[in-house]
Amino acid sequence: MRQIWNTPGGVHPPDNKEQSLTKNIGHLPLPEKLILPLTQHAGTAAKTCVVVGEKVLKGQKLASASAGVSAAVHAPSSGWITAIEERSVAHPSGMSAACIEITCDGEDRWIERVNYPNYQQASAMQLRDLIADAGIAGLGGAGFPSAIKLDSGTKKPIDTLIINATECEPYITADDILIRERADQIIQGIDIVSHLLGKPKTILIGIENNKPEAIAALNQHCQGTGIEVVYFPTKYPSGGEKQLIYILTGKEVPSGQLPADLGMVCLNSGTAFAIKRAVIDGEPLISRITTLAGEACGVNRNYEILIGTPVSHLLQHNNFNQALCSRLIMGGPMMGFSLASSEVPLIKTSTCILAPSHTEIPDDEPPQPCIRCGLCSEACPASLLPQQLYWYSRAKDHERLQSHNLFDCIECGACSYVCPSNIPLVQYYRSSKGDITNALAAKATAAISRERFEFRQVRLEKADIARESKREARRLNTEQAKKMSPSTTQSTGSSAADIIKAAQLRGITKQASPEQQKAKLQRTLLAAQMRLEEAQQRLVQVTNKGSADQQAQQLASVEAARRKVEQTTQRLTEVSH
Amino acid sequence: MVFKQVSSPHGHARQKTGEIMQLVVLATLPGFLVLTYQFGWGLLINLLIATLSAISAEALVLKLRNRPIDFYLRDYSAVVTAVLLALALPPLAPWWLVVVATVFSIVIAKQLYGGLGSNPFNPAMVGYVVALISFPIEMTTWVTPISLLAADISHPGLLESLAIVFTDNSPVDGVTGATPLDLFKHNDGLLVEQIYQNNTLFSRASFAGVGWEWANVAFLIGGLALLKARVFTWHGPMAMLGTLALMSMLFWDGGSSNSPGSPIMHLFSGASMLGAFFIVTDPVSSTVSNRGRLIYGALIGLLVYVIRAWGSYPDAVAFAVLLGNFAAPFIDNYTVPRTYGHDKSRRATAKEKSE
Repeated sequence: MRQIWNTPGGVHPPDNKEQSLTKNIGHLPLPEKLILPLTQHAGTAAKTCVVVGEKVLKGQKLASASAGVSAAVHAPSSGWITAIEERSVAHPSGMSAACIEITCDGEDRWIERVNYPNYQQASAMQLRDLIADAGIAGLGGAGFPSAIKLDSGTKKPIDTLIINATECEPYITADDILIRERADQIIQGIDIVSHLLGKPKTILIGIENNKPEAIAALNQHCQGTGIEVVYFPTKYPSGGEKQLIYILTGKEVPSGQLPADLGMVCLNSGTAFAIKRAVIDGEPLISRITTLAGEACGVNRNYEILIGTPVSHLLQHNNFNQALCSRLIMGGPMMGFSLASSEVPLIKTSTCILAPSHTEIPDDEPPQPCIRCGLCSEACPASLLPQQLYWYSRAKDHERLQSHNLFDCIECGACSYVCPSNIPLVQYYRSSKGDITNALAAKATAAISRERFEFRQVRLEKADIARESKREARRLNTEQAKKMSPSTTQSTGSSAADIIKAAQLRGITKQASPEQQKAKLQRTLLAAQMRLEEAQQRLVQVTNKGSADQQAQQLASVEAARRKVEQTTQRLTEVSH
Repeated sequence: MVFKQVSSPHGHARQKTGEIMQLVVLATLPGFLVLTYQFGWGLLINLLIATLSAISAEALVLKLRNRPIDFYLRDYSAVVTAVLLALALPPLAPWWLVVVATVFSIVIAKQLYGGLGSNPFNPAMVGYVVALISFPIEMTTWVTPISLLAADISHPGLLESLAIVFTDNSPVDGVTGATPLDLFKHNDGLLVEQIYQNNTLFSRASFAGVGWEWANVAFLIGGLALLKARVFTWHGPMAMLGTLALMSMLFWDGGSSNSPGSPIMHLFSGASMLGAFFIVTDPVSSTVSNRGRLIYGALIGLLVYVIRAWGSYPDAVAFAVLLGNFAAPFIDNYTVPRTYGHDKSRRATAKEKSE
């Protein structure tokens, strides 16, 4: 067996995984509506490529990846686009973001699929494009677009592929059940990735030893493939990418760098499954396995949910009792965030919906003073000094925070978990990280502004000097000219008249022909009429529902549009005559 | 449906700060019992006076500071300070001595710095040192251990003890006497062997010095229990005891008349074990990293020996700890652990590289 390296720190919260493992992967009835945020991944939002009212088929692309780090979004079922607007999304801040809403037609009709069943013959580029086109982003929770991760071209050659099946968060069993039921497809996915990366020397599947069934399933399918299943003692947060890489290889990802810099790629097992679906079956990422857990739900189980399914739909079908529920969490209890509303949709990174009872996760007690007991630094997997970071965070001492490596904190929550004084440490770190990032951005802007100002000063000075020297030269010239011949003044006068004439001529030639003018005016008139119509319609709406202020505004815009139409009509008649 | 919004992580480990403090108090119990057996009722009276004054002083300042009294009292930190003082102050000391030491600890050394967690010095040790410097006679009058009392003398009973404490009566002659460390401090040219033969404190002892040896063993047991319960790490106590043992070995001098005493005598005399497991491990006033705690513990061990051997006080844990407290932030600056993904550890004051 391969050597295992032990990470420092870590905690052992109660597993709570058995509750959701009593049943196999379930399916929900099709929801009435699906809401698809344009940002379900790490990076910039996707660009919409459908319009409201359009009919879409299952698997049709709704939004394509923007430049840089981004991922496409597809229709999880067939139906009509009924809205493209801001909706509240699953985000710790409870913010709204652009979403596409599909009203399902219930037919669930597929679009024509593009696939590569013989992926061995496909080039790396083709496969990568297909994965990019399928909108696959890390399903473990971070949501980094996979195609970008697999694009090692510019960096070191990849010699190690690590599949993360650790699933160290309590309650979550999505990867576990997926492996138990579909290990063969995951292995196929790994094979595709391996082919794409040019057959890395080492392929490892990292998994905690609390999943014996999954380990057995993997071992069975890995025989003779060269893929090594490595299991190790259960400890949170072994599933963090950096932690897993250390556990399996003894190497640390240098601060501020990526695994690719070490010649490694780390993918979640669910992502490998999604890649298999995309490449062999031609299905883009439109569904995932999500664990539903917690005592406030009558049923605890894993579901293969359509992306965009509202959380409320999932809860409704599982005897959810809100009175019992202390909070609604997306993700696990350690790193998941609480949802303000159950109307938000499940997205590509939704590993779990946790609806704990008040006894399961009671309300937080008020924090007591930090006594620097050091339990947090014993628990920190990154060997930070959380208690010091806390003091510096409270003091807003950015310099000290950085010298204590705040930005190497992975926000796993182990420190807050063990804190006997109930201090929300992670919250302090997040806030400080934001403050420092903002301060650095402001500093950078200030530096640019200063540079521009200084440059402008120099430019103005130079211009002054140039003007001065020109003036001086002209003065000298005229003086010389005066001395040379007094008759030249007359010729300058006649040339001025010439210039005026030439300008008039230019004006005439620039004027378009009457036909062109007429066509242009007709176009303007048509546009103005349309605008008028639109404004009138909106006026009707506003009169019914809007405020007085809005009405006045709308009335003004109708008036403006009408005037434009009148003016254009008048001009048109003038030109026609 | 609308839900409550809370920051992650959701759920916490069970242990609370108040419980940790209670554990510490509980772990002093073996030592407390042995001391009470050896030195009589005085300890219990110390404990009562110290606890009452600590809690009242804490409550009063919290009220002045407009803090919720009940909430802060329940962290049990004032009780820990009181217990440590009660164990450190001489039994049958006048009541006002205990009150002065405790109130100074709580009000000046802790609350005026901002309360629990904000004090740079160990409150109990500050109180102890204030009392020691201000009232040297009262502070150095120790009761004779029970097994060394003459046949016709016994420790005062409860009522008699109360009378001694509250009316400033001196205890009967023969009830008080020297401690093992006193003997070595005031050694007039005797070989160590002679001291051991001449003085009942050593001649009747099992291995170190009557009275203190078993008290130190009891504190060692309590300390190991706390170590097992992961209330603190081994670094501080072991570094302190190791350095103390090393120093006393180096200067043991073969038992000449100049010898400051054997390693066993130093480890199991005075406040060695109490200091190592209950004072050095005070997290608030110590260093924060494990490497830092090694240096911090070693520094205190070194200072304890230096003051015991060549200073003017027979025991030195309180002074050594306070000097260690002074040095803690400085040690912290150089002992930040190496973070994941970094080649080496940084200084706490390192500047971000400008790129």
